[in-house]
Amino acid sequence: MYVVNTPEDQKAMLDAIGVASIEDLFANVPPELRLGRPLAVPAAMSEMELQTHVTRLLAKNASASDTVCFLGGGAYDHFVPSVVDAVAGRSEFYTAYTPYQAEASQGTLQAIFEYQSLMCALTGLEVANASLYEGGSSVAEAMLMSLGITRRTDVFIAESVHPEYRQTLATYAANLHCRVRTLPTPDGFLNPDDVRAAVSDSTACVIAQSPNFFGHLEEMRAISDAARKAGAVFVASFDPVSAGVLKRPGDYGADIAVAEGQGLGVPLQYGGPYLGILACRDDIAYRRKIPGRLVGETTDRNGKRCWVLTLQPREQHIAREKASSNICTNQGLLALRAAVHLTALGPQGLKETAERCVRKAHYAAEQLTQVPGVSLCFKTPFVKEFALKVPGDAKALLAKLRGAGYHAGLPLGRWYPQLADCITVAVTEKRTRAEIDGFVAALKAST
Amino acid sequence: MNNTQSTEVIFELSKPGRRCHRLPACDVPSSQPLGALIPQDHLADQPPPLPEVGEIDLIRHYTNLSARNMSIDTNFYPLGSCTMKYNPKRHERLAALPGFADLHPLQTDDTTQGILELLYEMQQFLAEISGLPAVTLQPAAGAHGELTALYVAAAYFRDKGETHRKKVLVPDSAHGTNPASAALAGFETITVKSGTNGLVDLNDLKSKLGDDTAVFMITNPNTLGLFETQIKTITDLLHSKGALVYLDGANMNAILGITRPGDFGADMQHYNVHKTFTGPHGGGGPGSGPIAVRDFLAPHLPAPVVVKDGDRYRLNFDMPKSIGRVRSFFGNVGILFRGYCYIRTLGPDGLKQVSEQAVLNANYLRKRISEGFEVPHPGPCMHEFVASSRELLRDKRKIKAIDLCKRLLDFGFHAPTVYFPMVVQEALMMEPTETESKQTLDAFADTLLKIKAEDAETLKNAPHTHIVSRPDEVKAAKELKLRWHAAPSGGVPAADRVATTGAPAGAP
Repeated sequence: MYVVNTPEDQKAMLDAIGVASIEDLFANVPPELRLGRPLAVPAAMSEMELQTHVTRLLAKNASASDTVCFLGGGAYDHFVPSVVDAVAGRSEFYTAYTPYQAEASQGTLQAIFEYQSLMCALTGLEVANASLYEGGSSVAEAMLMSLGITRRTDVFIAESVHPEYRQTLATYAANLHCRVRTLPTPDGFLNPDDVRAAVSDSTACVIAQSPNFFGHLEEMRAISDAARKAGAVFVASFDPVSAGVLKRPGDYGADIAVAEGQGLGVPLQYGGPYLGILACRDDIAYRRKIPGRLVGETTDRNGKRCWVLTLQPREQHIAREKASSNICTNQGLLALRAAVHLTALGPQGLKETAERCVRKAHYAAEQLTQVPGVSLCFKTPFVKEFALKVPGDAKALLAKLRGAGYHAGLPLGRWYPQLADCITVAVTEKRTRAEIDGFVAALKAST
Repeated sequence: MNNTQSTEVIFELSKPGRRCHRLPACDVPSSQPLGALIPQDHLADQPPPLPEVGEIDLIRHYTNLSARNMSIDTNFYPLGSCTMKYNPKRHERLAALPGFADLHPLQTDDTTQGILELLYEMQQFLAEISGLPAVTLQPAAGAHGELTALYVAAAYFRDKGETHRKKVLVPDSAHGTNPASAALAGFETITVKSGTNGLVDLNDLKSKLGDDTAVFMITNPNTLGLFETQIKTITDLLHSKGALVYLDGANMNAILGITRPGDFGADMQHYNVHKTFTGPHGGGGPGSGPIAVRDFLAPHLPAPVVVKDGDRYRLNFDMPKSIGRVRSFFGNVGILFRGYCYIRTLGPDGLKQVSEQAVLNANYLRKRISEGFEVPHPGPCMHEFVASSRELLRDKRKIKAIDLCKRLLDFGFHAPTVYFPMVVQEALMMEPTETESKQTLDAFADTLLKIKAEDAETLKNAPHTHIVSRPDEVKAAKELKLRWHAAPSGGVPAADRVATTGAPAGAP
């Protein structure tokens, strides 16, 4: 399949090489190491058979298009305008590779430069890279950056940061000379006083997320002040869609901003590929340590504006073991989707989307908390997601609601044993009032 | 047609009031100001200064940009080490089905049985192809897989109480990610030399191998496109010292169904699903870098993995010796999904044919290129080979490998990988892949052989037919400009706040 050389072509090629058979070309693979049998994988399928097979498999899923989705936790069912698919579906973009040959890759390079510019606009910071894998490893990369910049050893991360980001961070930190400590958030937010008490002159960075994993807001300005006063780097994990109405990381004093970029035009697709956003302030120490690819503007030999990969000495293919990160690629196609998505929305569209999420989430919270036994877990303000205390066993309740046609929320007990009777509910601009009211009615019937 | 329309940056096309997306009317109460729902001190005064364009502006801008790319669908792309094979269109259609595209990563297993079955089978396929039984699909790219494997190795040695194993041996021909990953995993990197035949110098390896060796990272076939004929001797040697062997799986396209890393002594390997199993490269990503390991390393893999209980599938998080997560959510499932479709399309014979034809194409191209270029290492090669243009640097024209690369662009061929591996001077690394025809290979070889004789001016000023000539890379790094600014100097930076219309300050 997909091989185009005919037997005649192959014969001519073998003759030109001067061997009798393809087998002769594998002469350097010792016979005793040969597999000597066909691979035990299923027999080949035609396109028709494959389509039937895959369609049948997918029918066993109940996706956000079959079941009304109130799930969040870092991945959201936002609307993706058709222009995003139209652009990202152009195979001149999706079948190209890393733009090493700048003259033949100006499309990708300019698109990434625009992505970087858009991320600066979104974060209020001055430098953004060409994207990282996803939200969790971006937090870990921000930690690595901070350790390199400060040459200090202590890392503080709020318990309200996405649990999977914290797990990723812990994995990255396990083999390095650093200490990671989690700052508890018993009331659903990080108390800036706790940050002030924790930091010292060995603190490399403080990492907080707002809106946090529960969907609630943190006092980012006060946390930033506490971190920076100790000479530590303040790393802010933010939500790019909510940035349509909220103050930006650069506005509240973040040194490094990171985010899961999925909400910007990327399908949910069971967790990936997504993209990790990373931006930082413009400082030589930060520029030296920023991970991943960067596209810079320059001119060609005729003085014409063009774009090229730049500051490559930081990267693994040149610096090898001294590289600022081992990252070799960016999430190019997802960065393109994010750029097109933000451009399609524009400032007003992003603002209206964020605002719509806020209003729908608040409407949902108000209605849901009228169900007996249901209340908000935390008093702090929230944006498009919130934590609810529910009566009885949260997991069993969610299973009942699934039966009624709702992916109703995430059971917090999975990550926070002390919150076993709580769920988070996310409400995007796609959820209609009828869907929310239906959810409320189903909840009433289930409790 | 050389369309120079819309060479502007998207911000420069912005005009206040233009837009291409509108929300439906709000169906929940919206009379309260936002400040009544969220305290004012959290709210921005204005939205971020994004461009304001109409739908036709947006589509024309990006469509014109796309035309400034070379891609597999438009050009032969023999980029060594990158396996730029054809990306089947059926994968794109299937991956867009809502039963997959709209699956939330935190749905419960009872609502994701279909995707779990697919991913479970994918784990089985990758185990079978590598001969290594335990698989994690979590890593997002090849380099991420490498890093994951080294974390697994570190956890394994920690568990065994062998924390003195601090060294990772890496051949001098290795990808740069190898030493970079080793450093991140807390290891010290020791470089092992290649012999003149391009293979690992066994004596050098022996002299560097010790009780403090944790892992030997080897690429096989190596980056010169050569199969390490002594691979079993090498892996036995490492195992005799209690060390692990890691296989950089970047070159799996050469050995599918021919030989298996597990059978030649590797303990761990990563896959580049975007290379071997043809996930579209996306202009530099996304990739997917699953790893396969031996049974005794399985407890340390990142959780979760997909397991099967009877006829049900579930994510298993109960792995107390796991290194933990290396990312959020399950993995780059969209790429794994395409890889699965590819393996199901090809079947066992088709997979073997991939490697046979990839090796045939590489050897044929090698033969053709050797008509006019030095190919320093003896054949046959595997799926790729490295030529050298160093003789052209020595003649009075002083032609560099990069000049040839740039000139190739004029004839509609993407350049080979250049100046890698570092063990070959003026290296031109070519990987044609199995999906190219003899005619294409001949056309490429004829062109490369022809341009070799061109005058210095033509070569050094190439490319001549692209939208831009060679960029000034020194200027790019010195006068660093990593984002768009509204004005060339003294203007208001784009990222600063603008008026409520959202128009970037100073925009036309």
